[in-house]
Amino acid sequence: MTASPSRAPVAGGERRVPKKGRIRQRERIQLPEDAGPIVTRRLSKVYGDLVAVDNLDLDVRAGEIFGLLGQNGAGKTTTILMLLGLAEPSAGVARVVGFDPTRDPLEVKRRVGYLPDNVGFYDGMTGRENLRYTARLNGIPAAEAEERIAAVLDQVGMSGRADTKTDTYSRGMLQRLGIADALVKEPAVLILDEPTTAIDPIGVVEILDLLRTLVEERGLAVLLSSHLLAQVQSVCDRVGIFAAGKLIGVGTVPELATQFGEAAGRIEVGFEGVAASGAEATAKVLRSIDGVAEVRTPERPGEPFTILAAHDSTAAVREAVLATAASRSMRLSSIREVVPSLDDIYRRALHARGLAGRADTASGAAA
Amino acid sequence: MTAETSVAPAPAAPQAATAARRDEYRLRPGWITIAAKELADHVLSVRFYVLLIVLGVAAIIPMYFAGETIRSAGETASGVPAVFLYLFTIGPEGVDFGPISFTVQAFIAIAAPLLGVAFGFDSVNGERHEGTLPRLLSQPIHRDDVINGKFAAGLLAITIALGAVLAIIAGFGMLRLGIVPKAEEILRLIAWLGVTVLYVALWLAFGTLLSVVIRRASTSALVGFGVWLFAAMPFIGPLLIGLLGSVVASGASTQAEYLGTIQWVARLLPGQVYAEASAALLRPTITSVSASDLYGPQGQQQIPGLFSIDQSFLLVLPHIVVLLALTIGCFALAYARFMRQEVRA
Repeated sequence: MTASPSRAPVAGGERRVPKKGRIRQRERIQLPEDAGPIVTRRLSKVYGDLVAVDNLDLDVRAGEIFGLLGQNGAGKTTTILMLLGLAEPSAGVARVVGFDPTRDPLEVKRRVGYLPDNVGFYDGMTGRENLRYTARLNGIPAAEAEERIAAVLDQVGMSGRADTKTDTYSRGMLQRLGIADALVKEPAVLILDEPTTAIDPIGVVEILDLLRTLVEERGLAVLLSSHLLAQVQSVCDRVGIFAAGKLIGVGTVPELATQFGEAAGRIEVGFEGVAASGAEATAKVLRSIDGVAEVRTPERPGEPFTILAAHDSTAAVREAVLATAASRSMRLSSIREVVPSLDDIYRRALHARGLAGRADTASGAAA
Repeated sequence: MTAETSVAPAPAAPQAATAARRDEYRLRPGWITIAAKELADHVLSVRFYVLLIVLGVAAIIPMYFAGETIRSAGETASGVPAVFLYLFTIGPEGVDFGPISFTVQAFIAIAAPLLGVAFGFDSVNGERHEGTLPRLLSQPIHRDDVINGKFAAGLLAITIALGAVLAIIAGFGMLRLGIVPKAEEILRLIAWLGVTVLYVALWLAFGTLLSVVIRRASTSALVGFGVWLFAAMPFIGPLLIGLLGSVVASGASTQAEYLGTIQWVARLLPGQVYAEASAALLRPTITSVSASDLYGPQGQQQIPGLFSIDQSFLLVLPHIVVLLALTIGCFALAYARFMRQEVRA
């Protein structure tokens, strides 16, 4: 064949032998001994003046779904590309399933399934043919590939349409085929970039359920990125809040709520037949309940009262409110604990970090 | 290996079996898998058949007239060397198409570059447009496997198309003329096919470069066909270059120097380089490709001679090297740009 100047990839992240200065820099950073499938330390990516990823320390454990949440342009995709060895870090280290993505991109890519943002398929080929191509690129023998393809297509619920060309697929079907495609290589880690964007609400629920099932059945680690906070809130075991290239908070949703949310838990209580004049009396009754820190009367009659209580006592307060209402024959129309939404947490986290200006656009996108 | 690479992965129990099995697979070089898929795509595509028909029509019509001419002159033309190759090099008698010579050779020279552009212009930006590039690159392959595999597949598809057309012409020629080509004529044909494939490879590399640099496939197709119209069609590019040549050569003192300078300027177009190589390979009577030789004082005294195939080959070796260098240069540019590009759109 003509003209393939050098087999060694030149740049763009697949350089196998990094510059000497870089090696020295890498050696200084110690990685934890009990590292999970994905670990990064001080991982950074700089494009000219723009710091896309800024000293990122990320840990994803086996068997969990980790949500990387942030608005568009926060650096999520850049991080993912560095984890796959498709972009070269400017500084810092990453280990994915025990390998350095910059030095051993092939070893990483053999073990990591990736669903890119806006995944595409060759539209002249059927879904099954597309997966066959992926299997061949992974060196899976044909007979075994057929079995695996049938299994993953079944798992994502695409068996019925697998033999039609992919240009007839809906966005949701492409997304599910993309997950099947990432699973063909039987990965230890699944990385999904915006898996729920541009999908209708029912499709989102299906995909998130599928992810949960996969984690439980296969024990793989999932890293998913999203800017649709409310959608992925339910499925993530832990989330990392990402803004301007920095991870500004990591933990479960309740943990983050404690960290960034109001100090107190909220309960909303609605009563029937409380006139505006009676509101203050009712509030007084509620305030007398043990554990209630504050009661806010509704601004308009008919709206619920808001009770603030310490996070660990909200359940007890709720019981007490029910009991009090029963004993005083106040007619309750509704009572519910307000679960803090990631949107709120996100906005507060940004405020707390002095990134408030960008928070409004984030909530707009997340709404 | 440094200290931190000894950090072992902590695979969960169900993955241990998978990992063990995975290590048994040997990865085939990625470019072979990609080339196989791309070749299948090419050969099954509408594009391939349209081009095959265009090329076939472009070649068979002049071949028909060449056959007529050879038959009518057949009786008087005893002792003419390499009669069979005249199928490719002569046109109908008394027909003048201006700048286009009505021969198989000339038609292939115009139509073949289309093959290169057509198989190259959307190879990388097509993947980007379909959104398949990130998915493809996240498989265990090197990045250059993508562009190498695609180039290899394109080249193979082109060779298949050209070989098929050439075989058809030769077959029809044998039927019409009743002449069986001699071994040397077959060798000359194969050498000509080789040089033609090389010339088309240059256009393929150019098409690939366009597909890397230009993000939209439709734009890169337009640019590619525009350049083809300019450089390969005899109306525009060669006429302009000829004009430029005569301006540059206006200070020449002898006719040989004048014609020689014009030829050197004309060689700025790779099409001219290819045309000279292809003429020398198909006509054993061509013993020099340099205009100043032909029209210079020595040229006037030259006795018409015949070249054997190896002599003809040596005559055009510089041309072949130039075409090869241009192809490698063009591909290397595409390669380097592709390796440095961001994965995302």
